[in-house]
Amino acid sequence: MSSQHFGKADVGPIQVRGEVLAVRRSGDYYVLVFAAPGIAELTAPGSFVAIAVGGQPTAMLLRRCFSIHRVDTTGALGGTVEIVVDAHGPGTKWLVERAQGDAIDIIAPLGRPFSLPKEPVPCVLVGGGYGAAPLFMLADQLRERGCRVDMILGAATESRLFGVVDGRRRTSSLSITTDDGSLGTKGRVTDVLDGILDEHGGQVIYACGPMGMLAGLARVAALRGIVSQCAVEEAMACGVGVCMTCVLPVVGTDGVTRMTRSCTDGPVFFGDQVRWDEIGTVPVDCLGAPASTTGVAR
Amino acid sequence: MSSVVDMRAQLATVTLPSPVLTASGCAAAGRELDRFFDVTAIGAVVTKSIMAQPRSGRATPRMAETPAGMLNSIGLQGPGIEEFIRKDLRWLRERGARTVVSIAGGSVNEFAELADRLRHEEGIAAIEVNISCPNVESRGQVFACDARAAGSVIQAVRRHTSALTPIFAKLSPDVTDIADIASACVNAGADGLSMINTTLGMVIDTDTMRPALAGIMGGLSGPAIRPMAVRCVWQVRQTLPDIPILGMGGIASGLDALQFILAGANAVSVGTATFNDPSAPMRVHNELAAALAARGFRSLADAVSHAHREEGALL
Repeated sequence: MSSQHFGKADVGPIQVRGEVLAVRRSGDYYVLVFAAPGIAELTAPGSFVAIAVGGQPTAMLLRRCFSIHRVDTTGALGGTVEIVVDAHGPGTKWLVERAQGDAIDIIAPLGRPFSLPKEPVPCVLVGGGYGAAPLFMLADQLRERGCRVDMILGAATESRLFGVVDGRRRTSSLSITTDDGSLGTKGRVTDVLDGILDEHGGQVIYACGPMGMLAGLARVAALRGIVSQCAVEEAMACGVGVCMTCVLPVVGTDGVTRMTRSCTDGPVFFGDQVRWDEIGTVPVDCLGAPASTTGVAR
Repeated sequence: MSSVVDMRAQLATVTLPSPVLTASGCAAAGRELDRFFDVTAIGAVVTKSIMAQPRSGRATPRMAETPAGMLNSIGLQGPGIEEFIRKDLRWLRERGARTVVSIAGGSVNEFAELADRLRHEEGIAAIEVNISCPNVESRGQVFACDARAAGSVIQAVRRHTSALTPIFAKLSPDVTDIADIASACVNAGADGLSMINTTLGMVIDTDTMRPALAGIMGGLSGPAIRPMAVRCVWQVRQTLPDIPILGMGGIASGLDALQFILAGANAVSVGTATFNDPSAPMRVHNELAAALAARGFRSLADAVSHAHREEGALL
């Protein structure tokens, strides 16, 4: 196996020509394992990978981005990286059809990861569908710091859940919600969140999943005066910060709203920084917004 | 096999150690790509078009993947000229990169003011004038699609820029006769021409049954437009034998770059390819050098316009 990497290897991100080690199914999803030396030791939970798809030369120019599920620096294969893939489009379908030994071009770790609390505090981790992917690595690191970790996993239906067994093993409690009631509580993660926060005194919510879910959790956190850290999933083209397509309206520490790159200044944002209801628009008070008398600019 | 090819490129009065530059809008101001390759090792960083004031850009979705291409409708998001000078230009200068500053405006005056503001700044090798902007004083018609409007902008920028700083007009392919627009720009004082910018395109999302982009239409780029771009370089080179040309449009490999050089480009920009491969500019340089060596060229300069040579001419 040959792999090479380019870039400033002490801090990342780096670009690695790696190799597919395994592709396995997990409910509706696929878990892919790559040999990609150099990435694992730089990874923190919440960071993501950007993978080129379609082979070379490709007709699918844009990289596909995935949260890092797990990394391993040990073992005879050198560093490995695992991701969870929902194969719904041509790029992800190509990816899950890879075989052991196939070459893979992967850039990682990207983005701002979750930040860990300085003091041991109770934390609640919330994952929506395959968004749960980065939460298990996070749970391990939080527990190492003496934090109590409770987890909520939610999805439309049982097959759209990810990591139930992983979650049970790593947390003080695991709650499951499904929209159709096929497993766990019928309903949404926000239906059980308050109860769990009340019971264990959670001080930080860490979340990854659909925008609507993150918005709901951020609202709960704000009402309770606790911290929420939300890993967003915006459509990305490059993943490295040059294309300006993955932006969303975010309030800065100076109180000014800017269209902010989720690949570079995210994907983890504090819940109270993101203007959730205005995603897909340019708020009129955004820095550099077009002067308009018709309300929100489009 | 190969002796080392002299890869120096001449763009107007600027000599670059490499004929590969980044394309405006695809490299920000160099910091991000510098993680993947040495931005001082390529010809120059062409920066994202800067405007006078901070600009939010458009609502998302701002992009759509297309066959061997993509649509973008970013809307010229940027921090405005003051922050650009303070942060981005300074970083490039301290880093030791050669920089081509791309400027954009909504009126002739705005372009002139930007040129004025940059006039005494150090570390600028050339100015690329992004005339693919709507002219707010002419019902939003794009400057680059009208010879007179394009000429007016170039004339104003030329007047407000030091004679020592070459200015390049960035041309749009969405015109009837690109050589016509090119000539107008040269007559107005352009020292060179950058071509091509994106071409206007659309995707209808067949799930939502609405335009995929929030901005409805967007600029199409990537390998899908390369034949159009090569054709434009060829046509302009035929019409204007001596004008410096910075060629671009879907370059993803050394052989792609070679097409542009042979068609008449003195240097090339690599843009959309960086989204697929952030090390693309350096890779294209290395592949181009190997391709030139394999064909017996001693220098890049010898290959410029080589496809225009007479039938039966020796290499």
